[in-house]
Amino acid sequence: MPAFDYHAVGSVPEALDLLGQYGDEACLVAGGASLLLMMRQGLVRSSHVIGLRGVDELRGIWRLPGGGLEIRALTTHCEAECSPEVQAYCPALAESFSRIATVRVRNQGTVGGNLAYADPAHDPPPMLLALDARTVIAGPEGERTIPLSEFFVDSFRTVLGKEEILVAVRLPALPSTARSMYLKFLPRGEGTEGDYATVSVAATLWPGPDNICEDVRLALGSVGPVPMRIGRVENVLRGEQLISDLIEDAAGLVCGEIDPPDDVRGSATYKREMARVWTGRVLQNLLERV
Amino acid sequence: MSVHHLKFELNGELREIEVAADRLLIDMLREDCELTGTKEGCNVGVCGACSVLVDGQLLSACLLPAVFVDGCVIQTVEGLAGDGPALTSVQEAFIHRGGFQCGICTPGQIIAATALLAERPRPTADEVRRWMMGNLCRCTGYYKIIESVLAAAEIDEVQ
Repeated sequence: MPAFDYHAVGSVPEALDLLGQYGDEACLVAGGASLLLMMRQGLVRSSHVIGLRGVDELRGIWRLPGGGLEIRALTTHCEAECSPEVQAYCPALAESFSRIATVRVRNQGTVGGNLAYADPAHDPPPMLLALDARTVIAGPEGERTIPLSEFFVDSFRTVLGKEEILVAVRLPALPSTARSMYLKFLPRGEGTEGDYATVSVAATLWPGPDNICEDVRLALGSVGPVPMRIGRVENVLRGEQLISDLIEDAAGLVCGEIDPPDDVRGSATYKREMARVWTGRVLQNLLERV
Repeated sequence: MSVHHLKFELNGELREIEVAADRLLIDMLREDCELTGTKEGCNVGVCGACSVLVDGQLLSACLLPAVFVDGCVIQTVEGLAGDGPALTSVQEAFIHRGGFQCGICTPGQIIAATALLAERPRPTADEVRRWMMGNLCRCTGYYKIIESVLAAAEIDEVQ
């Protein structure tokens, strides 16, 4: 690992000051689960590592006025998975945190670190996208919020500037009829739960009278350079009566919207087909559950 | 490279130590503290051989910078039973149920099982499998490991 100085900070302004001071030479560390691997493989070289562990204002989960939810960046995946607030807001969101790797990784990795790392195969991002999450970003000029759908730029790249810190994700209130689901497809089954998904599908659906789709949000992971909302499918379903044929037709449109890599978890062709199949099943399941 | 003065509790004993910023917890434990029970396996957080408890939380020592444990309470396999002759129920169960073959993964398995039983004293076999999924056994002695964890839960209940 290349040599570096470690700076433990106690507040966001202190971290921002150091980012300003060291510029390109600095990087942030939250839980360290991903950064340490990247540094050891020589993929990240920073001569100044700024440790956020002591920043209390980056911890916690709470409900927002009106029924939304805020998760601060340093919340570990285990804390998020077990949080009564997360469970009450959306059980499928808790499920997405529980599907990450192993309990050791979930105890170390953080919600904010996971998003800033921007691995397109991780579990929480699709579910957060399907819940219309916004990211809260602190910088030298104050805070800004942007939709998570605009946060990921490319594999392992985000909109975060060199002098910015992801401080929280905020989720809007859900209507009482909304139902969500996160599906992680692992073709090799039992014993492989700690692996990355071959494809993952997250959806939030709220049907009105006669199963008319009032709104729907669909997002997929492991199917391209970034976890992505699939607006084309959402548009086909929104306002329509949700019948099996329509759901199947809409799910078929997923294939043209994604660009999955050929890799050890399957060929691009296979993943496209599985994205179609599992999108259809997730939507069908959400409809039947209501 | 910056150097950091750490204070922490290791297996019930207060320790103070100087480490470089890039020191990993596993190297600090094995080399600086001379506790070699914690094993290095994959070195990328996957195999679980380096499992330790930090403030009661199950973590991989190979992924954790030593500077992160300043002010923390660390337990390694050496500290589970203390100085007395009696082993913990998990350790007893692994011996009597044959929960190991070559033994290299055993410290990690025992630490992981200890963390599970602290959180869930009577887990189902499925819960044991799911929790222990991140602790690999290259001898593939999984059935006996799961049996051992379930047996340890029973010993705890009787006591």
